[in-house]
Amino acid sequence: MTALDGAFAAFALVAAAAAVLAVTSRQVVHAALWLVLSLGALAGVYLVLSAEVVAMVQLLVYVGAVVVLVLFALMLTRAPIGVRPDLSASRPRRIVAAVAGIAVSVLVGGTLLAALGSRSLTPAAPGSARDVGQAIFTGWVLPFELLSVLLLGALVGAIAVSRGPKGGDPE
Amino acid sequence: MIHLAGPAILIALLAGTGVFGILARRNAVLVLIGAELLLAAAGVLFVLATTLPAGGLAALGDLPAARTGATGGSLDAGAAPSDPLVSGQVATIMLITVAAAEIGLALAVVLLLFRARSTTDLAEVRELGEGAPRTGTEAEPVEEIAR
Repeated sequence: MTALDGAFAAFALVAAAAAVLAVTSRQVVHAALWLVLSLGALAGVYLVLSAEVVAMVQLLVYVGAVVVLVLFALMLTRAPIGVRPDLSASRPRRIVAAVAGIAVSVLVGGTLLAALGSRSLTPAAPGSARDVGQAIFTGWVLPFELLSVLLLGALVGAIAVSRGPKGGDPE
Repeated sequence: MIHLAGPAILIALLAGTGVFGILARRNAVLVLIGAELLLAAAGVLFVLATTLPAGGLAALGDLPAARTGATGGSLDAGAAPSDPLVSGQVATIMLITVAAAEIGLALAVVLLLFRARSTTDLAEVRELGEGAPRTGTEAEPVEEIAR
């Protein structure tokens, strides 16, 4: 149990606990805020795994942008404030969902533990902005440019969809 | 030094929670939160893959855990050549971008749903389901054709 292990365990515990609360919370806004905590703690996990740039991107895009988007969507759809019992499905469906979730957990965890289980290593992979930037603009240029087209498409698509079928008229 | 079992368990937990969230929630925005968790699990897995030396598990090979543990960590993974393209981390950054595009588009659809039906409860939107119980005004012409 090294210091890295300790830091990782702390961040991972927060991330997992907040994730569980995000999918079980009975208040809509609380669920979104638990998601903030979970994704923020994941940025810490990335940092421990020596992926500095990914941690920063995670903070900027997820904690900064995506969660704000989710909160905006909750407000625009007049999400109920306060405890609501009808956010989750009926009890039998929840049980089925829990079984499926646990099955996925066991399957993924079992496979990964069988592959990586007893090993331990020093996360010495290059994760600085210089390394990642160089990789993106040499070997990954084409996917990177495609990604910008994707973002443009998503932007135009989101505007077109949310303007409604009539096109120009304001509601 | 870090045990690889920790990240593995975290990935499994996040994936399981994400699946549970997608299946158990009725509010469309909360279903998307589940999807985000599932994507986050994939991101951690990508970053974890980058911490392995080039060649992945095969390069790590049959290195006994006792040896990697005993040398204090400066020799094993640090000495092994690492992937110059940092594939896993670049993949995670791209995954985060795709996830951002996905949630932007998905929330636009949810917004449109709310405008059309003034609800985001997925249990009430069943026009495409087998029974199609509550289709409102659109059901009547279909029934007339059936007669």
